[in-house]
Amino acid sequence: MFKISRREMLVGASAMALQLPAFAGQEPHKGGTLIAVVQPEPTALTTVINSSFYHGIVSTNMFDALLTYDENFSPQPGLATSWDVSPDGLTITFKLRRGVKWHDGQPFTSADVKFNFLDVLRKYNARGRINLAPVESIDTPDDFTAIMHLSKPAPALMSALNSQDAQLLPRHLYEGTDIAKNPYNLKPVGTGAFRFKEWRRGEYISMVRNPDYWDQGKPYFDEIIFRIIPDAAARSAALETGEVMYAPYDAVAISDVPRLGKLPNLAISTDGYSYQGHMLMMELNTQRPQTSHPKVRQAISFAMDRQRLTDTVWYGLGTPAKGPIIHTSRFFSSEGVPQYPYDLKKANALLDEAGFPRKENGIRFTLSSSYMPFGETQQSTAQFIKQQLKQVGIDVTVENADLPTYLRRVYTNYDFDINQGSFATFIDPDLGLFRFYSTEQIAKGVAWSNASRYSNPTMDKLIAAQKSEPDEKKRLALMHQFQKMAQTDLPMVPLMEMHHFTTYNRKLHGLRKTPDAVLQGLKDAWLAS
Amino acid sequence: MSPFASYLVRRLAQLVPTILFVAIGNFVLVRLAPGDLADVLAGESGAATPEYMAQLRSEFGLDQPLWAQFLAYMNRLAHLNLGYSFRYHQDVLDLIGSRVAATLLLALTAITIALILGVVFGILASRFRGSLLDELISVIATIGFSVPLFWVGLMGVVLFSVKLNWLPIGGMWTIGGQQTGWYGNVVDVGRHLVLPAATLSIFFMAIYSRITRSAMLEVSQLDFVRTARAKGISETRIVVRHILRNALLPIVTLTGLQLGTLLGGSIVIETVFAWPGLGRLAFDAVAGRDINLLLGIFLCNSILVVVMNLIVDILYGVLDPRVELA
Repeated sequence: MFKISRREMLVGASAMALQLPAFAGQEPHKGGTLIAVVQPEPTALTTVINSSFYHGIVSTNMFDALLTYDENFSPQPGLATSWDVSPDGLTITFKLRRGVKWHDGQPFTSADVKFNFLDVLRKYNARGRINLAPVESIDTPDDFTAIMHLSKPAPALMSALNSQDAQLLPRHLYEGTDIAKNPYNLKPVGTGAFRFKEWRRGEYISMVRNPDYWDQGKPYFDEIIFRIIPDAAARSAALETGEVMYAPYDAVAISDVPRLGKLPNLAISTDGYSYQGHMLMMELNTQRPQTSHPKVRQAISFAMDRQRLTDTVWYGLGTPAKGPIIHTSRFFSSEGVPQYPYDLKKANALLDEAGFPRKENGIRFTLSSSYMPFGETQQSTAQFIKQQLKQVGIDVTVENADLPTYLRRVYTNYDFDINQGSFATFIDPDLGLFRFYSTEQIAKGVAWSNASRYSNPTMDKLIAAQKSEPDEKKRLALMHQFQKMAQTDLPMVPLMEMHHFTTYNRKLHGLRKTPDAVLQGLKDAWLAS
Repeated sequence: MSPFASYLVRRLAQLVPTILFVAIGNFVLVRLAPGDLADVLAGESGAATPEYMAQLRSEFGLDQPLWAQFLAYMNRLAHLNLGYSFRYHQDVLDLIGSRVAATLLLALTAITIALILGVVFGILASRFRGSLLDELISVIATIGFSVPLFWVGLMGVVLFSVKLNWLPIGGMWTIGGQQTGWYGNVVDVGRHLVLPAATLSIFFMAIYSRITRSAMLEVSQLDFVRTARAKGISETRIVVRHILRNALLPIVTLTGLQLGTLLGGSIVIETVFAWPGLGRLAFDAVAGRDINLLLGIFLCNSILVVVMNLIVDILYGVLDPRVELA
């Protein structure tokens, strides 16, 4: 604590008064160009045909969706101004915003909504095929009403309608075309705050203010340019010199974060990512000789020093995990949920009990570990896990591979004991997390399916029950049971809730703070003059 | 037909089987890597279903037997069609076309700088053999081909862009900047070209200077040089017309080969300096298992290498009358 004397306070106050005019530039105001960076470069400018985050970072500036979300992830108006879920959970009625125009001047109507949900998202969007599976039909009694009929209640659906997960494309430019090859995927026409201007592959994507945007007064920037800078060190340098002002999604090396955070012109923020609920986990192959034993899986979990992993390998950008659901989620509970604090004694005892004593060389057995090839920190994590497990007599061979090789090895050949990486559990676990625990999701050849091949009929029933439980309280109770069972059977060993980060220039203001903010465009952002 | 023309026709005819052979080899090679584009797209999307994967594979033609895919590829090639990149949703030829200019500019600038400086250093080192200058050039050359280029590049960025603020960090031009007119644009691109071209040229300059030096020394021992001196020809003329012309042969060979590979892009330099060239495109195509794009880039590269070889052979004839092009 520091103290301020009365005199200092007076001096400070008068200085503040003198500075008042300078504050005039600190209000949101129109104008200016924001130079941002996106890494890697998107392959198209809509999330409909590729729903990876870097497609979302850029395209959500040009597209809207039915809903947006607030800081508690409660639905807020987007292109839908109101919505009504029937008591049986089988019908959702959306009232649409009037007077919204596509960037080419055509009006946005309920026919666009129907076309997108039935003919586009459910067919061409990898996540939409899963999230929107319960949507049976859509009625459009007038231009501004869309009534969605579901085959069964789907409470998670209302959490999957932002412009990352359910971006709306213009029907008049897409209907009757090959959606995946439609040229507008590369020069999008949306209803969003910014209009597409130019894309020079390998260099930049630019967009300009949409003067007819429905959210009056927004956006603030005249233009946003997303630059493509493939080298992490060069991105750091560009932020340092001010050439780039906004770099979301871990765009600089994590080891560079402490240094950049200390620079006077830069700030680091971890807001805007929790919607994806990225959890660092180890998926253990339940069909392998050693990891098929629940006691071995529990021992592995006890052998993990999660705090040290967070502090050293991840430079503090995470929270040690207490279960498979992130602790800020309303679905999280720890009461009666088994915990695995770092305890080598317990780990060793469990391994002995499981019938794997140490041999003469001190090693019990060898495991093969694959990790998601998403950056160097995942590799360091694999090395960290190797060291941790060595202490309890488990020797780990770490396999390196690029993404397609990794996917084949783990999800087609099941050739792994430990599959480590960042798993997207999503804000509603039904949209992400449960696929790693459900028998239905054992799907050879499908990325991010249930590769541990864990199968428990009780667990399957739990997952099925919560999926169509319209009562929130009952659903929370089911989620609680899920967490207990997940932490007992342990096909997935949660290690750390990941904190992705944005590096930005302090002149940049108005960044949203909602759980999905980074994937919701920059219409609220402005530059201090 | 003159002997030279018939030679040229014969050599050009030989290109066809060579390129065909390369195309077949490429087709087999790119399939050796595990995983395909459907895996990559599903992996990037965060979720998928078996039906979605099957839909993608059928769209990309990956569900066809290999021989059918090969026939389709050969058929496209026969129609001079490089196919469609399902990853980038664009024709392969357009994608390659959009990157060629940047790659040509960088490669040609770097090779030109390297050639001029390398040859001059080589001549100086050989003329003043054993002197301090020779030692100095030798040290510079050793450093030049032993330091990793990405490091030199990054240090260049730190010094000239971050600390001194003289040059831009990367890219090919000032994005969002207001350049006026032709002259403004040339200056702008030039400023962006300085660091990547200088970095890329360091390695080649080192090699050229070493090769020029040893070739010059070797040739200067030959009888015709002594004869030329005995005839009283000026030393400059001896060095330039007699020694250098003969010493250039290995340099021409090397430049031809290097230019062939360099035109395929330099992944390291393009990555460090965000230069929008072919190398990065090729790298991304490998990582994304974008087979059509990869085959297209490989084919263009192979043609370049083969054509550069032909040009080298022709230059041989021009430089050295003893080599007959018939």
